[in-house]
Amino acid sequence: MSLITSTSPHATVKNNTGAFMRQVIYATLPGLAVLTWQFGWGSVINVLWAVIVALVSEALFLKARGRNIAFYLKDYSAVVTAVLLGLALPPTAPWWLTLIGVSFAIIVAKQLYGGLGMNPFNPAMVGYVLLLISFPVAMTQWLSPGEPLSFVQSWQLFTGQLPVDGLSGATPLDTFRTAHSAGAVSESELASHGILHGQFAGLGWEWVNLAFLLGGLYLISRKIITWHIPLGFLAGLGLPALLAWLIDPVRFADPLFQLFSGGAMLGAFFIATDPVSAATSRMGRLIYALLIGLLIWVIRSFGGYPDAVAFSVLLLNLSAPFIDYYTQPRTYGHKSSNRGVS
Amino acid sequence: MSQAQTNKTRKTRSVFARLASGIRRPASIHDFHGGIHPPEMKHLSNGTPIVPGPLPQQLVLPLNMHIGAPAKPLVAPGDKVLKGQMIAEPIGAVSAAIHAPTSGTVSAIGPRPIQHPSGMDAVCIVIDTDGEDQWVEHQGIADYTEKSPAELVDLIRHAGIAGMGGAGFPTSIKVNLGDHQRVEQLLINAVECEPYITADDRLMRERAEQIVTGIHILQYLLNPRRTLIGIEDNKPEAISAIKRACKGCDIEVRVVPTKYPSGGEKQLIQLLTGKEVASGQLPAQVGVVCQNVGTAYAIKRAVCDGEPLVSRVTTLTGDGVSQPGNYEVLLGTPVRDLLAHGNLAGLDIGRLVMGGPMMGFTLHNPGVPVVKTTNCIIAASPEELPEPPPEQPCIRCGSCAEVCPANLLPQQLYWHAKNDDLEKAQHHNLMDCIECGACAYVCPSHIPLVQYYRYAKGEVRQQAADQVKADKARQRFEARQARIEQEQAEKEARRQARLEANRKKKEAGPAAASTVDVAALKQASLDASKAYKAAVKAAKAAEAEGADNLAELKAEVDRLKAVADKAKAAVRDAKDGAPVAAAPAEDAVAKLKKQVGDASSAYKAAVKAAKAAEAEGADNVAELKAQADTLKANADALKAELREAKTNAPAAAAPVAQADPVAELKKQVGDASSAYKAAVKAARQADEDGADNAADLRAEADRLKAVADQLKADLRDAKANAPASPAPTSPSTATAEEQPDPVAALKKQVGDASLAYKAAVKAAKQADEDGADNAADLHSEVARLKAIADQLKAELRDAKAAAPPTPKAAPAATATTDSPAVSEEQAPQSLSEVDPEQAAKRQKRLKGLKTAYNMAHKQYKEAHAAYERAERNETANADELQAMQVKIDKLKAKADNARDALDALVEEAKADIRAHTGKDLKTLKLEAARAESALADKQQELEQQRSSASEDTLEALSSELQALESETQIARKALKQAVEEQGLAE
Amino acid sequence: MTAVLIAVAALLALAAVFGAVLGFASEKFKVEGDPIVEQIDSLLPQTQCGQCGHPGCRPYAEAIAEGEEHNRCPPGGQDTVVALSELLGREELTLDNEGAEDANVAKVAYIREDECIGCTKCIQACPVDAIVGAAKLMHTVIVDECTGCDLCVEPCPVDCIDMLEVKQTLQTWGWQRPAGIGERPDSRIEVVNL
Repeated sequence: MSLITSTSPHATVKNNTGAFMRQVIYATLPGLAVLTWQFGWGSVINVLWAVIVALVSEALFLKARGRNIAFYLKDYSAVVTAVLLGLALPPTAPWWLTLIGVSFAIIVAKQLYGGLGMNPFNPAMVGYVLLLISFPVAMTQWLSPGEPLSFVQSWQLFTGQLPVDGLSGATPLDTFRTAHSAGAVSESELASHGILHGQFAGLGWEWVNLAFLLGGLYLISRKIITWHIPLGFLAGLGLPALLAWLIDPVRFADPLFQLFSGGAMLGAFFIATDPVSAATSRMGRLIYALLIGLLIWVIRSFGGYPDAVAFSVLLLNLSAPFIDYYTQPRTYGHKSSNRGVS
Repeated sequence: MSQAQTNKTRKTRSVFARLASGIRRPASIHDFHGGIHPPEMKHLSNGTPIVPGPLPQQLVLPLNMHIGAPAKPLVAPGDKVLKGQMIAEPIGAVSAAIHAPTSGTVSAIGPRPIQHPSGMDAVCIVIDTDGEDQWVEHQGIADYTEKSPAELVDLIRHAGIAGMGGAGFPTSIKVNLGDHQRVEQLLINAVECEPYITADDRLMRERAEQIVTGIHILQYLLNPRRTLIGIEDNKPEAISAIKRACKGCDIEVRVVPTKYPSGGEKQLIQLLTGKEVASGQLPAQVGVVCQNVGTAYAIKRAVCDGEPLVSRVTTLTGDGVSQPGNYEVLLGTPVRDLLAHGNLAGLDIGRLVMGGPMMGFTLHNPGVPVVKTTNCIIAASPEELPEPPPEQPCIRCGSCAEVCPANLLPQQLYWHAKNDDLEKAQHHNLMDCIECGACAYVCPSHIPLVQYYRYAKGEVRQQAADQVKADKARQRFEARQARIEQEQAEKEARRQARLEANRKKKEAGPAAASTVDVAALKQASLDASKAYKAAVKAAKAAEAEGADNLAELKAEVDRLKAVADKAKAAVRDAKDGAPVAAAPAEDAVAKLKKQVGDASSAYKAAVKAAKAAEAEGADNVAELKAQADTLKANADALKAELREAKTNAPAAAAPVAQADPVAELKKQVGDASSAYKAAVKAARQADEDGADNAADLRAEADRLKAVADQLKADLRDAKANAPASPAPTSPSTATAEEQPDPVAALKKQVGDASLAYKAAVKAAKQADEDGADNAADLHSEVARLKAIADQLKAELRDAKAAAPPTPKAAPAATATTDSPAVSEEQAPQSLSEVDPEQAAKRQKRLKGLKTAYNMAHKQYKEAHAAYERAERNETANADELQAMQVKIDKLKAKADNARDALDALVEEAKADIRAHTGKDLKTLKLEAARAESALADKQQELEQQRSSASEDTLEALSSELQALESETQIARKALKQAVEEQGLAE
Repeated sequence: MTAVLIAVAALLALAAVFGAVLGFASEKFKVEGDPIVEQIDSLLPQTQCGQCGHPGCRPYAEAIAEGEEHNRCPPGGQDTVVALSELLGREELTLDNEGAEDANVAKVAYIREDECIGCTKCIQACPVDAIVGAAKLMHTVIVDECTGCDLCVEPCPVDCIDMLEVKQTLQTWGWQRPAGIGERPDSRIEVVNL
């Protein structure tokens, strides 16, 4: 008879990292559904294609690194990266765009740094930024919400058989930024541009963001993520927006518009919450997320890009260790927390 | 089915209770950060009352069941012991006694597997039980308040009570805080937060009264302001039982919400008091003392019933046992026996855990005994506590930080521990981790976090220990360096002091040095007065010349006079003090000698003065020369007188020393040859000085030589005759008596001579330094003395060489007289008996021979060299050369003889060593080793000193080195030989 | 022309001001750091074994400070080399321990007392005075003070000194580092008589 000998504790929770990741994937489903409802099958095709690319490139690289492929693929981290990047890409994205973005995210941003847990930057956002800088046109061609394409049309877009030019339109954020940079715009003007077709953040987009919010709340309820990052993110984005809007409602968009347009909710609940590249203590995460939100508002209001989730997240990824330096919690039995050394 | 149902109802109730306590939590219950809610699994074992455990065949009692120093056994294997008898006593402050849990016989005291995660063995007392369970006589204290707290503390210490909750800290320490520490709160830990364990729960349900009595005793000992019992809300029966028992006394029962690890000491303190125990401090420092309910119960048993700690309530649980429940187990019961008692169905066991599932440790061996801290044994089925899944990468999800009761960042600690970045891990307060396992419990990547922390902590401690050791080593190294430097400095200082002293001694003059030796004093006195006289003369001469340096000369004269007076006084003193050693007959000779000396020195001084005057072109040269001539005549006359006296003196002395004509002759020869040598020297001196009388002196020298040769020839004859005459007349005893005499006398003479020589050398040096005129004289005197000394030494050697043969002959003679049979029989015996003595003798002889040979050889060489020199320089005539040749031949013969004798002796010694090699091999080896090491040492020293030390030291060292080398060589040779012999014998 | 002069004057003034500020700061916030030799010495293991070719750790620290390579300390192992590289900002060298034994195994000298002849050679050789004894009397090692440098082994004329590995006790036992990612942290042991 043999006995198990191990260090304590001898009992552990039944879940594992793979289960964590699967929960995240499940939580994106409402958002994916709304995207499909609003824009057609493009996002679904994107996500599936991205998952395939991610798994293949991850497997290839694990093999190259001489690791146990099955063991590492089972943690689903590559799938999560692929899903998030697939959701962030416009539904009009052709196959090669996704291929480049996802393979870059997996190979360069993750595996080259040592795989899961070692990457300092959010891989999905690294891929996104690469594409945004390299292919700015393809990356900004969103369809008009509420006019979903058929599966055949989406497929043709995906394979490049159908030119995207005739179908795409500006996103509300894009429109707002264009109008804004042209000078102060009145609310009626914005309305005439068809931005405020929905209740508060542009037709379609508010539904998308609501769906991601729902998924995010599910994650919090399952304790997959804590409330610190989403709340900090939304507060960092919403409070300055509110303040500025109160001061100058013509020049600045209202806070609801900021919170429910673009990738705000996806960023707040799914992107910024990537634990590997985020700050690690509770206070640190709050600060980290607040700064992401603030940066998004700054870039949206004054910068050259219509949306800024990817840039802001990457910038704060960069400063996460620094935030961790200064936000160690006070340990039991100590008068104050330690600072200065990570 | 029914169990599942009760479980479900219990669960709902507990959720309800939790909600209720969450809503109406008393203000006095605080919260701590983190914590987890693992499945409680307490239903397995909390439904049945406590039953007695098994009485196994053998009990194994580790000497270290507690934290602190192991107890010291009071019994030996074979001793009969009764239940409750102390079998090991506490040693030092932090320790606890051990008692026999039942009656039986101590069968062994030795290493056995113990309750430690390493699976290592430690010393245990093993008792073979006799099954009678017979108590030792014991009596409780009816009213503990009659006893002083100190007495009760001692009682608790000797009852072997240690913390029963898991840590095992000796209770006597915790209840004896001293007057300066005021106890605000006494906390009774009845939380029992770990899953599975129900020992305290059942104990409280069944023995609440006794527990409360124990708490009262604790209150009496600690006098706390408040006493709080903390119980988790998942033990309603226990809560009500304790509340009932506490009715009417000042013990407050506090119900705390179920959360792991509420039962951690620090967490309970935070829960009940809101205080935090500062990092690295003890609860007592914030005025809190925590005691486990089990401990309180054990105290009651010890104080009120007089029963020491010999058993405890242990939960036996898990799906691997068929009768889970709580057992009152005798300490030392092997887990194997307990399992046999509770697992009648023989269920499959996947892992054995001692303690709870969160902080307990897996057992490597079911023979490990139940000890004072064993509150639970989990025999889990393979499905219940399965093998942990493989470790996955940390995704820094932060679940661990959420549950950490110490509010650490476990993910960061893990990162640093994994990378061996101990400094950063410590900066993240690694050492404040209580290893509760909450982080590892929730980790989705199944990282064995606690093991990482334990590993890192171990490394930190190891590094700290290494650092301490390194610091100590550094200190010791530096202290050693300082010491060595100081020793060197002291050595140098001593050397300097010695040099200084020598210099001073020299300056103080011969007077100081000559107190021991009258002869030397005399000589010195003579020298001094001579110098004085010469100086006076020179001064006079100068005065006559009207020289400029008159004043100087006068001063010099005064100084020399003072020196001379001093020397004379010293001589007087010494003479008065010393026994009249000198023979009166010699007095005349000595006086004459003195006169001769004076005269010749006066003459020489005069010659010098004359020369000086001549050089200065003084007028009175002729006068001085004339003076010199008169002086010379004077000296010559005196010398002639002296010679006469000398030749006469022996004649007079001869009758006195009739017994030994040889000695007399020798003396004459000595005198003669010394006179000859002195003459030769004088002649040479004269030559150098260009004195007129050089030729005269040479002639004189020749004459003296002839006399000396004559005497030597006589001596030879006498010697040849001497051995012949005593041998037949007196038996061996007589020779033995007589033989030492001449040798001793010679030795004495040699000693005297060499002393005189040394004194003379000193005087000469002194004179040299002073630039005294009589330096040359002194030198010649020195040479003379040296010659005498050498002569005597040579004689002594001869005598010595001649002496041994007689004793050697004696045993041979006795051997021949005995019958051969007897000799054959007795020979080995006598050999072994006499052996060491003989060996010593031989060694002595060997040494003597060796020196004799060396001397002879040296003399021979010297003589040879002198001969060659003479031949080359043509300073000597043919006769002289021939004489020298003869002498050389003689010396060579002597040397050869000595050599032969030496060789013979060495051969003998070798043979002997060979015969006795077997038993002395080790000694030889050791000697060789020692010699070699000493040699190496010296070599090193020499090497080191070469650059720094003075010539003297170097010389001394090198001579030492040579001696050591030869010693080593001898030792090596002996060893080699012995080894060879040994090899052959084998 | 005046513009140039003004510019030069302004620059000079600035230079003076900043120079003063810097000078003040360097005085005010002067770091009372250990001299480099002390720092190096504190990183060396203090076995005083002389394997670096110096008569002790301190002399080696001085030599390193003067530019000698910092990879000559076998008892310190690669860890010490790395620590020294960090301290000195020098290239990370590999340990120069040709022929040296595994430094990670702690050793302690042991004198076989039956064979000791009491020559005191080892006492003289010990750099930390960890051997006690007198001439012709047996010597013994103070285990707690012994650094395991083995300098006493060579001088012993009868070879009665052994370097023993320090045995693990319950007090020195520590948990091993877990096997790492992808490995199970437990092990199974065979048990009989359960």
